[in-house]
Amino acid sequence: MDRIPILHLRDLLLVSIQVDMDDQLAIQLEDDLGQAIVDHEAHGVLIDISAVELVDSFIGRMLGSIAAMARVLDAQTVVVGMQPAVAITLVDLGLSLPNVQTALDVDAGVRMLGGVWSRDRATRG
Amino acid sequence: MADAPALETMPLRTSQDVVRARQRVRDAAVAMGFSLVEQTKLVTAASELARNTLDYGRGGDMTLDRLESQGGPGIRLVFTDEGPGIPDVELALRDGYTTGRGLGMGLGGARRLVGEMTIDSTPGSGTRITVTKWKRG
Repeated sequence: MDRIPILHLRDLLLVSIQVDMDDQLAIQLEDDLGQAIVDHEAHGVLIDISAVELVDSFIGRMLGSIAAMARVLDAQTVVVGMQPAVAITLVDLGLSLPNVQTALDVDAGVRMLGGVWSRDRATRG
Repeated sequence: MADAPALETMPLRTSQDVVRARQRVRDAAVAMGFSLVEQTKLVTAASELARNTLDYGRGGDMTLDRLESQGGPGIRLVFTDEGPGIPDVELALRDGYTTGRGLGMGLGGARRLVGEMTIDSTPGSGTRITVTKWKRG
């Protein structure tokens, strides 16, 4: 079965969604991320959706539940790179992802998780 | 672009079929010159309705029809299933109402995204949802 790769960098997990996900693949990603947060003791999750051309209610719900799950596991989630047409459509659909932090690009997203990086440096020297 | 058939019917039996169906809608909208925002709205509506057909209608079909009017081209999508039907259409259109695992935004949200939507549903024998989106400008 196909899987979306999860990269591990210090205490961050990086995911870049590059395919048109079916519902099974989205559910798999949510499961895999939960396990990866625990396995790597990650404190930040960055999800790049700049290549995603469609966020419907199912994928929107998945992003919200990943953020909620990560919070319970003491990790912060930032979704970056949403295309303007996708943002306009999401709002029309009635979803504004109120519980999901967003940033314009990967750079801004990593800066948003900056506190996480300082904490990491402080504890590991 | 080679001449595409005016009418295409695709099965909606698996979540992969939902992906294939929305990709066909995207291809048609691109070929007909819809703007990126209009494409995205139509494809997102198609994804919501195709998933409803699968999850609530126990599978069915999507028919894609290319339209031509004096105002310009349009795309009509018809989603049909022989599932349990929708007992109360007004209630089903209400944001936040769901009988399943979703957010309850699918049906009402899809209507906002396309503009024209009609629902014919008979409890016990199935549902037919028709949406039409015209190219703007």
